[in-house]
Amino acid sequence: MSSLSLELQQVRKSFGRAEIIRGATLQVTKGERVAIIGPNGAGKSTLFNLISGRFGLSSGDVLLNGNSIRGLKPFEINRRGLSRSFQITNIFHRLSVFENLRCAVLWSLGYKYSFWHRLNKLKDANEKAEQILEQIGLKSRRDVNAGLLTYAEQRALEIGITIAGGADVILLDEPTAGMSRSESDAAVELIRKVTVGKTLLMVEHDMSVVFGLADKIAVLVYGEIIACDTPQNIRGNQKVQEAYLGNHAPMEASA
Amino acid sequence: MAFKSSAWSRLVLWAAFALLLIVAPLMFTKGAALSLLCQMGTVMIFGLSYNMLLGQSGMLSFGHAVYSGLGAFIAIHAMNLTAAGTLHVPVTLIPLVGGFAGMFFGILFGYVTTKKSGTTFAMITLGLVELVAACSLMFPGFFGGEGGISTDRVIGNAFLGITYGPQVQVYYLIAFWLFVSTVGMYVFTQTPLGRIANAVRDNPERVEFVGYDTQWVRYMTLILSAFFAGISGGLSAINFEIVTAENVGAIRSGLVLLYTFIGGIGYFIGPMIGAVIGVFLTVILSDFTKAWQFYLGVFFIFIVMYVPGGVASILMMQLRLLKFGKFARVWKRLGMLCVFSLIALTGVVAMVEMMYHRALDSDNGPVMKLLFWDVDTQATMPWGIAIVLLIIGAAGARMVKPGFQRVWGDVSIEIEDAMRRADA
Repeated sequence: MSSLSLELQQVRKSFGRAEIIRGATLQVTKGERVAIIGPNGAGKSTLFNLISGRFGLSSGDVLLNGNSIRGLKPFEINRRGLSRSFQITNIFHRLSVFENLRCAVLWSLGYKYSFWHRLNKLKDANEKAEQILEQIGLKSRRDVNAGLLTYAEQRALEIGITIAGGADVILLDEPTAGMSRSESDAAVELIRKVTVGKTLLMVEHDMSVVFGLADKIAVLVYGEIIACDTPQNIRGNQKVQEAYLGNHAPMEASA
Repeated sequence: MAFKSSAWSRLVLWAAFALLLIVAPLMFTKGAALSLLCQMGTVMIFGLSYNMLLGQSGMLSFGHAVYSGLGAFIAIHAMNLTAAGTLHVPVTLIPLVGGFAGMFFGILFGYVTTKKSGTTFAMITLGLVELVAACSLMFPGFFGGEGGISTDRVIGNAFLGITYGPQVQVYYLIAFWLFVSTVGMYVFTQTPLGRIANAVRDNPERVEFVGYDTQWVRYMTLILSAFFAGISGGLSAINFEIVTAENVGAIRSGLVLLYTFIGGIGYFIGPMIGAVIGVFLTVILSDFTKAWQFYLGVFFIFIVMYVPGGVASILMMQLRLLKFGKFARVWKRLGMLCVFSLIALTGVVAMVEMMYHRALDSDNGPVMKLLFWDVDTQATMPWGIAIVLLIIGAAGARMVKPGFQRVWGDVSIEIEDAMRRADA
């Protein structure tokens, strides 16, 4: 058994003639928290879409717990224990907060496409959904339609749906985008709490969030991962500084 | 406990529904009324099954009659084979034959149609219904050509004196299957698959990222929906004792969409209300006026544009007012608005009727009967009265509307506040 949760091997992706990801290679050990940073347009979200199966690879391979997931559909990858969130909130608007979470736990508890179980009688699914509800702090909003939540609440629900299925590799795409300082502090606390013991890969622009959460930072520039190291080493890395300064995008608030 | 009380009230509702089904023919004893109830029953099952797709899973189908219609054909062949002695299916169970037939065709056709969603799905279903309609002319042995297949529902030995000769016995057969199907389809909404179908309606992409194959969700939902559609087809075969190519056609498929939308696709009960209104408009209204299709079309457009939640949403809003004891504040203005709208509507209807008479019925002279009066459609006077009615009604409604909207807004805010306080 490999000790790597996730491994990218020379991943490439082209859209037409434009090559967006140019041989990205990355190794993430079990239980590690890795933040992917990089200037706008570096391909961070594309990389997430490749790992989670939203797009197919042009070449290269992605290994999840040592097994290739190349060419699998998103739901197959999810069933193998990888779950992701979205940069633009992607929830079930007309269902209540509780129903959102219950939908997210059903597959992992083995209910599949059952039309012979009564939802309200599924003790394990209901308890799990309630527990996630408590964790993401939306207990008082349990029966509200998800579409009516505030932005920060929707972001919390987004994370809740992502972790509800119990996946052990979690991908978060800009979990704190568009949040105020206090909201994003709360989100960091939430992420820390719900990803204990799990492997976390996240795209994030907010450097205080990155340095607050990540064990390692991977720097993606022009579709290549030019460095992956501890926050301290990344800060002192010559190549990273050049890449950022060369692109006139200084590392904001390297707090 | 809140949960317990809601479970109780649900039980009471189901009991009331069963009771209503039992006593309905005692209240409407005339033969015509009874056959109307029978039609409403079958259309209710059809509409509910359609809404499993449209309202619950977000699949707009233009070809749902394929499943009810083919179910009806198989059912009627089963009846004829039973009459000939080659099969032994009691009439009571014929709807189930229709159901399994519908399910079979759901498995067959659904595999293709549910590969896609949204607009593509809608267009494939339209192609499918045309395909089946074309087949109905190509295989007269099965579809019976232009005349269709007819049968006699009084077959086999009478069980406990039930022969299904009298219409009232057919009514109770339909009522029984309506109740069973309604319970079945309601329970479906409370199962994992039913809930995931809602999720697919809201956001198919995200469903793929919580472990579900949306294509399977659509496929399985369609198969179950086709089963109930087939039951409704089997019942209509028994009720009319004839099944023709119309039963599998695009018009039937379009009508169920119309009815279901008019009733309200966002509520479980919506298609049932839609079935009552739809049968009323097509069967009763067509006895009174040639313009019934015009009225049905205008009514549908009105609902789509101004009440997208359907008639059920209007009823639910009034129920909410009653529940929070706010109805007293609204009803006067609401009543005035209704009265003025009714006056305007009378004017419009009078004009439509006179126009239809002039266009289609002028051979019989310019005079027609409108309610209790003989009206000369060539004269200025009746048109003048109709226009005046329209103007009075429209102007009145316009005057009353702002006040109504103000009160309605106030009341809605109060109710939302009350609900929030109850939550906290």
